[in-house]
Amino acid sequence: MALSIQTQTVRGAEILVEALVREGVEYVFGISGGAVIEICDALYHYKGKIHFVLNRHEQGASHMCDGFIRASGRPAVCMGTSGPGATNLITGIATAQMDSIPLIALTGQVPTYNIGRDAFQETDAFGLTMPIVKHSYAVRNPYDLPRIVREAFHIAWTGRPGPVHIDLPRDVSRTPVDLSQVDFPETVQIRGYKPTIRGHPLMVRQAAELIMQARKPILYIGGGVVASGASQEVRQLAERCQMPVTYTLMAKGGFPDDHPLCTGMPGMHGTVAANFALNFSDLVICVGARFDDRVTGDLKEFAKGAKKVHIDIDPAEIGKNVKPDVPIVGDAKTVLGQLLEIVGPKRHDEWLLQIDEWKREFPLVYERGDKIKPQYVLEVLAKVTRGQAIVVADVGQHQMWAAQYYPCHRPRQFLTTGGLGTMGYAFPAALGAKLACPDQMVVAVVGDGGFQMTMAELATAVVYRIPIKVVIINNLYLGMVKQWQDLFFGGRYSGVELEGIPDFAAIAEAYGAVGMKVTEEDDVERALVRAFEMEDRVVILDIYVDPDEHCYPMIPSGRSVKDIIVHPLLREKAKKELSRLVA
Amino acid sequence: MVSSNGNRPKRLHTLSVLVENRPGVLARIAGLFARRSFNIESLAVSTTDDPQTSRMTIVVGGDDDTIEQITKQLNKLIDVIKVHDHTGEEIVERELALLKVHCTMEQRHYVIQLVEIFRASIVDVGATMLTIEITGSSDKIDALMELLRPFGISEVVRTGKVILSRGEKSP
Ligand SMILES: Cc1ncc(C[n+]2csc(CCOP(=O)(O)OP(=O)(O)O)c2C)c(N)n1
Repeated sequence: MALSIQTQTVRGAEILVEALVREGVEYVFGISGGAVIEICDALYHYKGKIHFVLNRHEQGASHMCDGFIRASGRPAVCMGTSGPGATNLITGIATAQMDSIPLIALTGQVPTYNIGRDAFQETDAFGLTMPIVKHSYAVRNPYDLPRIVREAFHIAWTGRPGPVHIDLPRDVSRTPVDLSQVDFPETVQIRGYKPTIRGHPLMVRQAAELIMQARKPILYIGGGVVASGASQEVRQLAERCQMPVTYTLMAKGGFPDDHPLCTGMPGMHGTVAANFALNFSDLVICVGARFDDRVTGDLKEFAKGAKKVHIDIDPAEIGKNVKPDVPIVGDAKTVLGQLLEIVGPKRHDEWLLQIDEWKREFPLVYERGDKIKPQYVLEVLAKVTRGQAIVVADVGQHQMWAAQYYPCHRPRQFLTTGGLGTMGYAFPAALGAKLACPDQMVVAVVGDGGFQMTMAELATAVVYRIPIKVVIINNLYLGMVKQWQDLFFGGRYSGVELEGIPDFAAIAEAYGAVGMKVTEEDDVERALVRAFEMEDRVVILDIYVDPDEHCYPMIPSGRSVKDIIVHPLLREKAKKELSRLVA
Repeated sequence: MVSSNGNRPKRLHTLSVLVENRPGVLARIAGLFARRSFNIESLAVSTTDDPQTSRMTIVVGGDDDTIEQITKQLNKLIDVIKVHDHTGEEIVERELALLKVHCTMEQRHYVIQLVEIFRASIVDVGATMLTIEITGSSDKIDALMELLRPFGISEVVRTGKVILSRGEKSP
């Protein structure tokens, strides 16, 4: 078997990298170390075929890899050495697992003859990642590598996608191999793994019947729609049957925000219209979402009057939180295609009028004041980027405001850690997104808390010239937790005051990026415009906002739509409308 | 849903789980049960006629929804080839137990009688103890243990049950 490069030594490490190249991997993100030094050496030989990006922390590497994959739908790999390198990758792997991202994580390991002896930098990485991966491999023989890598990518990218971990002992990557004995398989054979793609025709027919009977249906779409590339089908179905659409955080962009049938996001910080529409519908058609507690709140109260159709490629999701009337196991795009073959056009004028009224009566609102309002920053950001940027949101209030105030219109445009809620995700993930999509504007929206968790990647941004823009919604607090303490803990602040916040603009400049500090509302737009004019620079905008602004609407965790807290300006109206609806 | 509904009927289910005979597979399954707070009542693992395949016989308790989730989560593991719930089927069920029972010379006679009735056997004899081996259904073992308890059982080891479907074809 010939390799795609000329090299004198062929070791396990070269076989590994060759296999990665054959999978179409363009980038490996990571940090070197003793247990991966042969892999680093092989990457040296493969320069030009595959790029090795040196991060500043393995967590940064894992999120950068994740952002690359989410933005582009193309494969990428992150890597850490044994021991601390592996443990530092854990957060990124768990983040990918919760959001079904096909991340491949590679860790070095002490040589096989030292395993189990508490050798230097030995940790049971295989055991550590077991509960947070779709599958994992502990390699013992370099000749297994082509098969293992092929299987790993197959498993990661098919069915319900998810991360796969490969743990590679140093002696395996160091051992010379006889190329004539190496075979790179095209196909895989895994007895226990056969994802169902087509929905059962009988179930699809039943779903179609429910759709035709429903008076107040709603499509509730999740990350599965993005993963399977089903946005077009969602739109066709919504338009043909005149059904409103609500999307989870993971599916933002999967249905255009400016579409008349779009109600926005439901759940804890979702819009009033989406929450009312979902909860007072008579049919919920869930596509590639999982009835997550952030969406449903109290399960006993959730969409009580509605029948449910649940379409998911993962059978274990069906019936896990909500028992559907019609379960359909299958790929979102395929199943929606099957549905489109049999459902006829329908109208729901009255229902849509009702929803439009909710949208009109209960818009997202905030009041301007002396201080810059975070929502205003997001609105200006959307304006300056003409709604075209890839937005990568971190975790906290700013994340919810980004979801609320930045309208998206294409899948893979809005990236965020929905399931794990990993602070520190956005900045490195945005770097990965920009590498994957160099022609697009990429902006990370972060809090002053989360940014401090991974800002060491400023070096990576500058060194590799990855000209993203970072908007720090700086409220001097761990804002989302502060909001809970304001609302539910009598304002007793504990563990939320971020004293010692540095001058982020100065830090940016120190790394060789551009830093701007904005404290006046009048300067927000100008600063953003300037930032995006500097097309080839990394720009950090530190925008000081009102620390006391709360994110509304809010349904307290574990409660239902009946307990929705809307902005004070809308409270009376919402109360009236709710009592009408519940009656 | 897993633990939300205490009122629904819980019962024991016996699952046959065919898995790839690979390192880590037991840990994956044990980890899955721990993580999702499913309870394992008993677990027996062995290879099959195919050295690449192992069979795990897992006894779990739970209501129907819990068992459904367990089955689906097991199926999701790449190393799991097949999961079969034997509940309500015609099956052959066996478990083996070793019981160390204290008894005086005078009591020994009664104990030996019980052993014979249960078609168990005595595998070790000491001055004040007997070690009994019994094979059979888990209920049978429970029954013998109940009868021996008054004498004083000092040690017990049970294999956990193994089962196969009756008839020609095993799922
Ligand atoms: C790694 C991590 N630690 C803690 C949390 C809990 N948490 C959720 S939101 C939040 C506050 C985030 O503060 P900041 O980044 O400043 O954003 P803001 O909410 O102020 O917009 C915290 C601490 C988390 N999600 N992730």
